[in-house]
Amino acid sequence: MLGLVPVSATAGSFSQLTALLAFSAAPLAHLRALDIAVIATYFVMVIWIGFYLKGRSNTSEEFFMAGREMTAWIAGLSFVSANLGSLELMGWAGSAYQYGILATHWYWIGAIPAMIFLGLVMMPFYYVCKTHSVPGYLDLRYGGAARSVAAFSFATEMILMSGVNMFAMAVVMKVVLGWDISFSIFVSSIAVAIYVGLGGLRSAIFNEVLQFVLIWGGALLVPILGMIQAGGVGGLKRQIMANMQSVTGVHGDSYFHLWRDTGSFAANPMGVHWTGIVFGLGFVISFGYWTTDFLVVQRVLAAHNLRAARMAPIIASFFKMAVPFIVILPGLLGLVLLQNPDGSRRQLVGEDVVAACTVSSASGQIENSTACSAAMAKTSLPADYQQKVLSAAPDAELHSYNQALPLMMVRYLGPGLLGLGITALIAGFMSGMAGNVSAFSTVWTYDIYKPLINKKGTDSHYVLVGRLSILIGVGVSIGAAYLVMHAHGIMDYVQALFSIFVAPLLATILFGMFWKRATKWAGFLGLLLGIIFSASLFMWVKLVPSALANVALSPDAKPMAENVFRALWAFVFSAIIVVVVSLLTKPRPVAELEGLVYGATKLPTKEPVPFYKNEYAWAILVAIIFIALNIMFW
Amino acid sequence: MHGSGIPIWFFIGVLLVIYGGMIFGYGVFEWATGSYPVAVQLTNLHTPVWWGGVLFLLGVFYVLKFRPARSSK
Repeated sequence: MLGLVPVSATAGSFSQLTALLAFSAAPLAHLRALDIAVIATYFVMVIWIGFYLKGRSNTSEEFFMAGREMTAWIAGLSFVSANLGSLELMGWAGSAYQYGILATHWYWIGAIPAMIFLGLVMMPFYYVCKTHSVPGYLDLRYGGAARSVAAFSFATEMILMSGVNMFAMAVVMKVVLGWDISFSIFVSSIAVAIYVGLGGLRSAIFNEVLQFVLIWGGALLVPILGMIQAGGVGGLKRQIMANMQSVTGVHGDSYFHLWRDTGSFAANPMGVHWTGIVFGLGFVISFGYWTTDFLVVQRVLAAHNLRAARMAPIIASFFKMAVPFIVILPGLLGLVLLQNPDGSRRQLVGEDVVAACTVSSASGQIENSTACSAAMAKTSLPADYQQKVLSAAPDAELHSYNQALPLMMVRYLGPGLLGLGITALIAGFMSGMAGNVSAFSTVWTYDIYKPLINKKGTDSHYVLVGRLSILIGVGVSIGAAYLVMHAHGIMDYVQALFSIFVAPLLATILFGMFWKRATKWAGFLGLLLGIIFSASLFMWVKLVPSALANVALSPDAKPMAENVFRALWAFVFSAIIVVVVSLLTKPRPVAELEGLVYGATKLPTKEPVPFYKNEYAWAILVAIIFIALNIMFW
Repeated sequence: MHGSGIPIWFFIGVLLVIYGGMIFGYGVFEWATGSYPVAVQLTNLHTPVWWGGVLFLLGVFYVLKFRPARSSK
């Protein structure tokens, strides 16, 4: 999922990733025949799965909802995997390199409470009302106008995100492996179109579970081998404490604390305050994403019964808590283990610095020495190394923070294992894309085509529309990928779509689900005006960067803080609109809210089960581990 | 997956058997010939051998446990 990628934290601007295209350094890794065979086997497998599942995706319920047959484990792994994209893995490893374990907040407080809330509190309403989508819930609760706003926003976001995701994957493949951009875009999108177009949501879910296994199989070795080489936890801590102040300007001790230095914006390297982390990230962004983003909620709606639907996010939360082991830890290890070709410790830099030091492919010299020199002056690269870079010495490579994870892979993974690691990255990109197009297909068919264009189609007609919308969606995504390739600035705006949309949607859904008095007009206006308000805040900071201090309430705030505070204000604004408009308009009779609103719904009676099958028991265990981890790394 | 059909775990098992076999086989070749990649660290741990073995055994377990004939019973 691109919405939670640490864009600002690692790159300054996501569009700067594209600047790497101009960087003519040799690829990070060279694949051998065995690696190619590993990657090819993955493509054969996913297409085989697509063809196998085609015969089980004939009705709309099978195609769009995977027949509502998924067990809690499969729905849960798919749920967490839909968020485990490669950009996220690489981005957060880069963030850990820069900021230490502060980046872990996006995996723990930024996910776990929301997952538990979804499973225990919200899932019954989504499941009992038998909606096919989140906009579909808005339709049942608030009517067609709110549904249409949500559906058009979501469909646009999904398809553009898919294009950006596709392009970002192609850039990474070019930088890491030297692959041609168009080759990566077309091979991956054709594979996704085949397996999702044939097997629908079931195929997307199968491949997400497959991807989950591949990511752990391919990436788990990096922290294991890194920890062996660093001398265990003690050795890693000792080396970071000894070296990091001079390298990053951050006291090494700050790398190991989640909360201690968040009392002021200036005291921690990320420039965030604990209020922003708790309320902006931990509540608005996290709850918005994990409980209302249809891309992930769709996976849980495919569960075979209500108990499985409630258990799925709880199961997912265990794995989510473990992800920092393969993401954050490699970033920290990269700080002390990565080496330059001459054996000195390698220092990664921002992508703006890498882009400023582009080597001309014609002359073999730095294209703009002045810009390169100025960019490097802001880093802590040793003077002699800067000179080597300026003279374009072959052993003076510059690599960005985002490359921390691939560099660690190349360091430890030989033939075959490297192919497995690269396959894990490709699988992450492809399943993200598949998630986008499968969610787009459902929303397009159920929330746009069916209510607004053709209400009287047969079931097989809607399946056909779904399959065609996947092909069209992939086609539009390819167009979006080429659009951002030629107009890099667009990428930042597409990236912002998620954060603009999520907070108003959360406010609208929460009030709709837990307040009987919320009215049709309140839902529509709360969502629409909230999106406009959120977009206005985004444009304000975009056009007047100093406005960041107003949005985040501190002159010391950094771009990461803007995301969480913008979301917080947009949520508050939408909540006020929903409450005020509700009080001024006529509510629906309570009898019409059965299955939709807390207090107006009689939930199905649950059969007693042993404690080890009870979702509340597992949720308590998750909560205990979550609290213990936060105390341990305070 | 609930219901009939080949479970996803079977597909995962097949993939792990293939990957485990390829990586383990290469690891044995590497160990036997001593031809380690120059840039790769900690080759003395023979990672492809034990990691490939783990993937292979895990794959065999999943293939046997979730093979279609058994899961449809």
